[in-house]
Amino acid sequence: MKLLVPVKRVVDFNVKVRVKSDGTGVETAGVKMSMNPFDEIAVEEAVRLKEKGLATEIVAVSMGVASCQETIRTALAMGADRGILVETDVELQPLAVAKLLKALVEKEQPRLVIMGKQAIDDDMNATGQMLAALLGWPQGTFASKVVIEGDTATVTREIDGGLETVALTLPAVVTTDLRLNEPRYASLPNIMKARKKPIETIRPADLGVDPAPRLTLVSVAEPPKRKAGIKVKSVQELVEKLRNEAKVI
Amino acid sequence: MTLVLVLLDHDGKSVKQPARSAIAAAAKLGEVVALVAGEGVGEAAKAAAAIKGVAKVLVADHAAFAHALAEPLAALIVKLADGYSHILSASTATGKNVMPRVAALLDAQPISDIAAVIDADTFIRPIYAGNAMATVKSSDTKKVITVRAASFDPAPEEGGLAAIEAISVPIENATSKFVGAELSKSERPELTAAKIVISGGRGMQNGENFGKLLEPIADRLHAAVGASRAAVDAGFVPNDYQVGQTGKIVAPDLYVAVGISGAIQHLAGMKDSKVIVAINKDEEAPIFQVADYGLVGDLFQILPELQKELG
Ligand SMILES: Cc1cc2nc3c(=O)[nH]c(=O)nc-3n(C[C@H](O)[C@H](O)[C@H](O)COP(=O)(O)OP(=O)(O)OC[C@H]3O[C@@H](n4cnc5c(N)ncnc54)[C@H](O)[C@@H]3O)c2cc1C
Ligand SMILES: Nc1ncnc2c1ncn2[C@@H]1O[C@H](COP(=O)(O)O)[C@@H](O)[C@H]1O
Repeated sequence: MKLLVPVKRVVDFNVKVRVKSDGTGVETAGVKMSMNPFDEIAVEEAVRLKEKGLATEIVAVSMGVASCQETIRTALAMGADRGILVETDVELQPLAVAKLLKALVEKEQPRLVIMGKQAIDDDMNATGQMLAALLGWPQGTFASKVVIEGDTATVTREIDGGLETVALTLPAVVTTDLRLNEPRYASLPNIMKARKKPIETIRPADLGVDPAPRLTLVSVAEPPKRKAGIKVKSVQELVEKLRNEAKVI
Repeated sequence: MTLVLVLLDHDGKSVKQPARSAIAAAAKLGEVVALVAGEGVGEAAKAAAAIKGVAKVLVADHAAFAHALAEPLAALIVKLADGYSHILSASTATGKNVMPRVAALLDAQPISDIAAVIDADTFIRPIYAGNAMATVKSSDTKKVITVRAASFDPAPEEGGLAAIEAISVPIENATSKFVGAELSKSERPELTAAKIVISGGRGMQNGENFGKLLEPIADRLHAAVGASRAAVDAGFVPNDYQVGQTGKIVAPDLYVAVGISGAIQHLAGMKDSKVIVAINKDEEAPIFQVADYGLVGDLFQILPELQKELG
């Protein structure tokens, strides 16, 4: 079974982004970039499936500017076998990413696509569901456990009330939640080995997809700032303030 | 007037509060037609018809929709989509699962988790864990939207008198099957509906301490209990307690953070609360930067005292 794992290059989760003063976006120049954390979990899950003998090949895909190469290298160092870079300077939104992935799926014929539930930059939480829809495949979103047996993926999902388990007939799309696994760090020898693994570069046009965005960014603003509060000295003072000043209890 | 379709979250008997926030957002866009899909949902449909601002309720009562699986639900909504300018739901687990699937089938780019409606095409949504608010304009003819419930006051439960219309749309689903669910049971209010939320973090040390120290206070205040990712990852509490960028978004009247450092991903889920209290032994903890009332100290001393003081 072949696995496809889309990995997005995003501003590192530790960076507190700043809104540009002209309101055209957020400052990304000189900011640390990393693989989207949910995609690390997806790569890890794919590598574990391969280690268990359930998968034969893992293809990591990243879409965007040329430096998405680095994100693919990270996936290769974690254990993916080869990479595909869909290179473009156009801002890619989930619909375009899903269409590009669909075209790649038709070319590569994976039985399972494992991807992040959410990119921590656009916070869309959409691409996996959209890819599944375009392919007519079932989806197991927000997965905290994935069991592959024969033609079925049994996926435990994190939902609002707790956990839910669904059985999907392969091929399918799975999106990862935080509790699925703990991604490994790539070892130095594996980082070296990853340098020799192949990365193919293609363009959206090669896949016959128009990646033009459907959402125009009108402006970006800082969220409303909270006023600095006070420190109270005791539990008594806290309860008194909550009762008489804030009037919330 | 344009028609807007809203997929409602329900439990078969009642309509969930986040769904009423989605109705409130939808009412800014046009006349609201509510969709109640499920099996044995007559009571929920009646509840939907009573919500203020709902003009009509469509009821799809069929076993295929019993567990709100994305594949049949999305197929249903796509078949209904003609005639609606916008299709919305709350950003609940169901909404997030279903709506992007609907959008893709309609060749639309979903507009996830909107916090404000500017006009029929333009919306404000948080990006980067809420560290920036993006105003976006959609060029799609049909807009597919999920609504950040904490940003819209829910439409009142009473005051509406909508007609209920049963619909029968045959949907085949051969590829996904519901196997089972393991739901957290609690008498407390739901996290996204509670007026008071008290959350614990890694500082709580274990699940027993949640039960012993935090929950009695929650019960006294009729509060919901939440948690940081660290507390969930460590197994102190179930996953559905997680508040934050990638968990639940809450904006109660009072949010109490106990033993939580205040990482941006956590703040993303609670910083719109009206009043924030932080209890933490580290006076440098970033949570104090958003707290109205901060109390520096050991939670193992403070929580029992707080319980006593509340009486
Ligand atoms: C992709 C991604 C998504 C994430 N999504 C979320 C999310 O949705 N929600 C979320 O919460 N996090 C999320 N996180 C994790 C986030 O970055 C933090 O790691 C997490 O919020 C930390 O939890 P914490 O504050 O409980 O733990 P810590 O940061 O370890 O803080 C524990 C705090 O407890 C205090 N403490 C310890 N003992 C005591 C005591 N006896 N008395 C008083 N205070 C005490 C300490 O001073 C400290 O401030 C996400 C991270 C990533 C990478
Ligand atoms: N440009 C991209 N390149 C590769 N994968 C992507 C890209 N954009 C989104 N994805 C995948 O889609 C997931 C969800 O992203 P989103 O729907 O934008 O929140 C991510 O975790 C990735 O797995």
